[in-house]
Amino acid sequence: MAEQTPDFLAGYRNAKLVKTVLAEIHQTVTQPWTLMEICGGQTHAIMQYGLDQLLPPEIELVHGPGCPVCVTSLELIDQALMIAKQPDVIFTSFGDMLRVPGSKEDLFSIRAAGGQVRVVYSPMDAVKIAAENPDKQIVFFAIGFETTAPANAMAVIQAEKMGLDNFSILPANVLVPPAMHAILSSPNNRIQGFLAAGHVCAIMGYWEYPPIAEQYQTPMAVTGFEPLDLVEGILQTVKMLEEGRVAVENAYSRVVTYEGNKIAQAMLAKVFKPVDRNWRGIGTIPLSGYGLQEAYQQFDATQRFDTGSIQTEESKICIAGQVLQGIKKPSECPAFGTLCTPQTPLGAPMVSSEGACAAYYRYGRKKS
Amino acid sequence: MQGPVCPVPHHHTDTVVIGHGSGGSMTRDLIRNIFQSHLGNAYLDQGNDAARIGLQNAEGEMAISTDSHVVFPIFYPGGDIGRLAICGTVNDVAMLGAEPAFLTAGFILEEGLPMETLTRVIESMASACEEARVQIVAGDTKVVEKGKADGIFINTAGFGLIPPGRDLGGQLARPGDAVLISGTLGDHGIAVLQARGDLGFESGIQSDVAPLNKMIAALLEAVSDVHVLRDPTRGGLATTLKEIACQSQVSIHLDEDSIPVKPAVRTACDMLGFDPLYLANEGKLIVVLPEDKVEIALKVLHNNPYGVMAARIGSVSENDPEQVLLKTPYGTTRILDMLSGEILPRIC
Repeated sequence: MAEQTPDFLAGYRNAKLVKTVLAEIHQTVTQPWTLMEICGGQTHAIMQYGLDQLLPPEIELVHGPGCPVCVTSLELIDQALMIAKQPDVIFTSFGDMLRVPGSKEDLFSIRAAGGQVRVVYSPMDAVKIAAENPDKQIVFFAIGFETTAPANAMAVIQAEKMGLDNFSILPANVLVPPAMHAILSSPNNRIQGFLAAGHVCAIMGYWEYPPIAEQYQTPMAVTGFEPLDLVEGILQTVKMLEEGRVAVENAYSRVVTYEGNKIAQAMLAKVFKPVDRNWRGIGTIPLSGYGLQEAYQQFDATQRFDTGSIQTEESKICIAGQVLQGIKKPSECPAFGTLCTPQTPLGAPMVSSEGACAAYYRYGRKKS
Repeated sequence: MQGPVCPVPHHHTDTVVIGHGSGGSMTRDLIRNIFQSHLGNAYLDQGNDAARIGLQNAEGEMAISTDSHVVFPIFYPGGDIGRLAICGTVNDVAMLGAEPAFLTAGFILEEGLPMETLTRVIESMASACEEARVQIVAGDTKVVEKGKADGIFINTAGFGLIPPGRDLGGQLARPGDAVLISGTLGDHGIAVLQARGDLGFESGIQSDVAPLNKMIAALLEAVSDVHVLRDPTRGGLATTLKEIACQSQVSIHLDEDSIPVKPAVRTACDMLGFDPLYLANEGKLIVVLPEDKVEIALKVLHNNPYGVMAARIGSVSENDPEQVLLKTPYGTTRILDMLSGEILPRIC
């Protein structure tokens, strides 16, 4: 398929160039290093292209909590299910969330039972549905990292401008830097270098990262999603580790600047404020999520609907929490590929296309 | 931090959910657990696109297939529900090497459907019948109350004769065979998503929906010992090859570089997190045949308007039975499994 890819991307998928960088990685490495790619999109690209098979055995890649579907708390999913069941509600969501199990059911089940659950590709689609259905309450499940948060903010601003009193969001955005703090400060941490998530940095820049790198003595490279981007990010990180340097380098400069997108950041600050957020499988991380600012509280679905006191029920079988923190690999789970498959997921990392377990399953990483 | 936490699975056995119609592993399980367990017989259990039925006092056998069409929207770039209803069934019958001759058509119409819409659909069916040289010889019409259907649903059944001595089926792939595809993958899937407004951008991609029986007839005339023909519809190339690998107890090895995908389809997939190997096609043909027939088969396919982009994409092996393995441009290998549930766009 490579030769049919548009020229722009073909360069970043060029096998010869990728192999050249891989050769440099092989030459550079002198000792074992453990790196984390924090973003689920990177995990999938690594698995899809089999890049992990081409790295020197000294380099171990572990997968971070960068799958927004995976880390959305069970409480939030149960709230979403409760709202989606209401008769006059059209509940809108990105597709991935429909399969994620809540305590007792998922959004697909709600839809099969007659609930109005619609897949949208943008929160602005949900605003459009709200304008077209004034007799219904339209709720958008606002999940995602800093990457998707600006579009969620824009939807709220647009709904306000249009005077839509039937639109609200269920705020569920999570933030990467607090999660990095949580992982690196854990007594179980074994991460020595980070591949920072390129799409998040495209919005936020990477000015937040040098203090983290310094505090935990962990070098980082801002990394993209094509094979060449990924091996470049790995090479830069490994070089810093081998040289004993701690810095944050940018291996994705065609997309990411140090400052990031100031307009998007201003919009985020206008609509959202950092709040404590519970991450599924990890626990509560202080100031790691976006809640709505006071001025936009009327667009908060949890204010509009009585979701009651939700009692969540988690299974003890799967090790999603340890996978999301990079402590264990999906293939180390006793249920991997047997009890737990994309069709019968025990945990969210097997559900989402961004999830590490799904990537391992889909791209053929078996138990060792 | 707290320890590992995750919910128990929901297996979707209590109610039908949308994934049961995806053409992937959920559909396979539904067929096995409900339909085959109650209705199974030697013909149904063949597991091919059409059933092969012996005829008393006549030479050859008959291929019979049926398919229901519920595509939304009714009209999309490059096709519509009427053309799809004819081509889908014609192709299913032709996959056994039969010459499709007769179709039946059952219509479920929703109250309020404009006559103009119905007329356009029927005109399109007539045109597709003419192109495929088949006739609709029986039909049925039901009208349901507003809100109980999505405009129009069409069921078609197809019948065709398999010439004596012709033996094709998903269970007949052999180690040493080559695997061909007749053209680019994912065009139909992206065209329909685009027509639904789900892409959020214009791709310019047209559906590939087409009757393949003439191309198949030419192929079988030139190569008499083709082992498997299959059209990779719902579930895409990966799911269909996985089915063949399981039916024949072989492995199929693909070379990713050789699989044709249009740049616009590739770009749309990149943006949405889809894999073109799992997208639906309605005018493409998988051919599994002996290695020494590859050249002549490709020549025949290239001479047909629906096969100009045909390519050899892989081979069949006896190692790792039931596996489909994709060699990437980087020399690495990944396993292709069946589509699991619906294709869902990722969020970022």
